Amino acid sequence: MTAPPSLTLDGSARIGALPVFGPLRLTLKAGRITCLLGPSGVGKTTLLRLIAGLDEVTEFAGTIAASDGLPLPGRMALMAQGEMLMPWLDVLGNVTLGARLRGSPRDILRAREMLARVGLADHADKRPHALSGGQKQRVALARTLMEDRPIVLLDEPFSALDARTRAQMQDLTATHLTERTVLMVTHDPAEAARMGHAIHILTETGLEDVTPPSAPVPRAVDDPETLAAQGRLFARLRAPA
Amino acid sequence: MSRLVTIATSTALALVLWQALVTLASLPPFILPGPLRVAETLWASRALISHHATITAAEVLIGLALGAILGGLSAIGLASSHMARRLIRPMMVFSQAIPVFALAPILTLWLGYGLWSKVAMALLIIYFPVTSAFFDALMRTPPHWLDLARVMGANRRRLMWYIRVPAALPGFASGLRLAAVYAPIGAIIGEWVGASKGLGYLMLLANGRAKIDLMFAALIVLAILTLCLHAGVDRACRRWLDGKVVG
Repeated sequence: MTAPPSLTLDGSARIGALPVFGPLRLTLKAGRITCLLGPSGVGKTTLLRLIAGLDEVTEFAGTIAASDGLPLPGRMALMAQGEMLMPWLDVLGNVTLGARLRGSPRDILRAREMLARVGLADHADKRPHALSGGQKQRVALARTLMEDRPIVLLDEPFSALDARTRAQMQDLTATHLTERTVLMVTHDPAEAARMGHAIHILTETGLEDVTPPSAPVPRAVDDPETLAAQGRLFARLRAPA
Repeated sequence: MSRLVTIATSTALALVLWQALVTLASLPPFILPGPLRVAETLWASRALISHHATITAAEVLIGLALGAILGGLSAIGLASSHMARRLIRPMMVFSQAIPVFALAPILTLWLGYGLWSKVAMALLIIYFPVTSAFFDALMRTPPHWLDLARVMGANRRRLMWYIRVPAALPGFASGLRLAAVYAPIGAIIGEWVGASKGLGYLMLLANGRAKIDLMFAALIVLAILTLCLHAGVDRACRRWLDGKVVG
C-alpha cells in the first residue's frame, strides 16, 4: 500500500428540489480517522456514499478529490452496519470476497493472517450463522484489512453491537486502521470521542469542527478528557441548530 | 414420530369416511368403489399401473429438470439486462394469459404422441413460476451487499454470479417447490389429449370402460408420485439452495 492521500469533499447535495446537505467542505486528513457525527437523517450516510461512488439518486454539485490527484475508485474499502457477511460463504470465503469479485487469485495465507490479527484464526471454516455478532463484525474488519486500501469508509459499523463488544471493536479497528485515511460516520458521541483524530458534526446548517481530546486513538473509555469531549458532543447534538 | 402418527390417523379417518359414504349411500362400484376394492385393484393391476406410472414419472422428471434449467437461465438473463426485461417480460406475461390446456393439442400435433409432447406440457406449466420466483429474488438483492461488492470493484458479471445468484437461491427454491406440484398436472393434461402410455392415459381408458376402481387406483398412485416428488424437491432445496443462505 502506498502512502494514503488526504481527501476533500467540497460542494452541496440535493435530491430533486430537496437539499440533502448545504455547501460544505470536509477534509479527511491523510492517515487519520475523521469522525462525522450527526443526528439521523442529516445526510451523513449520503455523504459517505457520494465519496464511495455508490449514490445514484443524489445530485452532487462540487468536487470529491484525493490530494494525490489519482482517481478514487479501486482505492477504497467499505465497512457498513448490519449483516455484511455473505451467509453462503464461510469465514475464509468472506474475507477473500474482494479477490473473487475482481477475478484475481485469492491469497489464502494472507487471509488467514488477517483472521489471526482479529483473533479468529480458529474460525476460518465456519459459516457466519455460527458466529456471534461481535465475531461477525471482526470478520468484516478482517475483510476490510484484506482489501488493504488507503481509504476506508466506515458507515456506523458498530451500531448494532452491545456496549462491551462495540468498545472492543473500536479498539481493534483503531489499532488496525492506522496509516489509512478513514471516514467514520456515526451517531454515537462516545464513539466519535474515542476514535476521531478529527471530529465534525453535520447539521442542517453545515459542518461544525470540534476539537478532539488530546490522547492518542483509541482513547480509553474512562479517560476524563474523552468523557468530557463526549459530554460536549452530546450537548451539541441535542442543541437546536 | 408424532407427525407420523398424525398422518396415519388422518389417512385412516379419510379411508373410513370414504368407506362410510360408499356403504351408507349404497353406491355401486361403477360410480364410486370403496377403498378396499380400490386397494385390491391396485394390487391386482400393479404391473400395469407401475408400467404407466414409470412413463409419467419420466415425463415429469424430464420436464422438471428442463424447466428448472430454462427457468433459471431465463431469470438470470432477464435480471442481467434492462433491455431483455423490457422486451421479453411483456411476452412472458402474455404467454401466461393463454391457458396451457389450450396448447396441449397443438403440442401433440408438433411433437407427436410420445414422451416429448408431455415433457413440453410439464415444462410450459412450470416455466413461468420458476422464472418468476427466481427473477423476483434476483431483483431483490439486499442493497448493502451490492454496495460492498461495487466498492470492491466487481463487474456486472461477477456481481451477478457471486452475489445476486447465491442471494436469490431461496427464491429459486420456492419456484422449484411449486414446479414439483405443477409438473405432474402438465404431464397428465398432455396424456389426456393424446397418448398411448402414462397414468393420464390409463385413467382415461379406465374411465371409458367404467373401471372406476382402476381409475381411482391410478389416481392414488399419481397423488403419491406428486407427494414424493414434492418431498424430494423440498429436501434437495433445503440441502443445496436454502441452506446456502439461511444456514
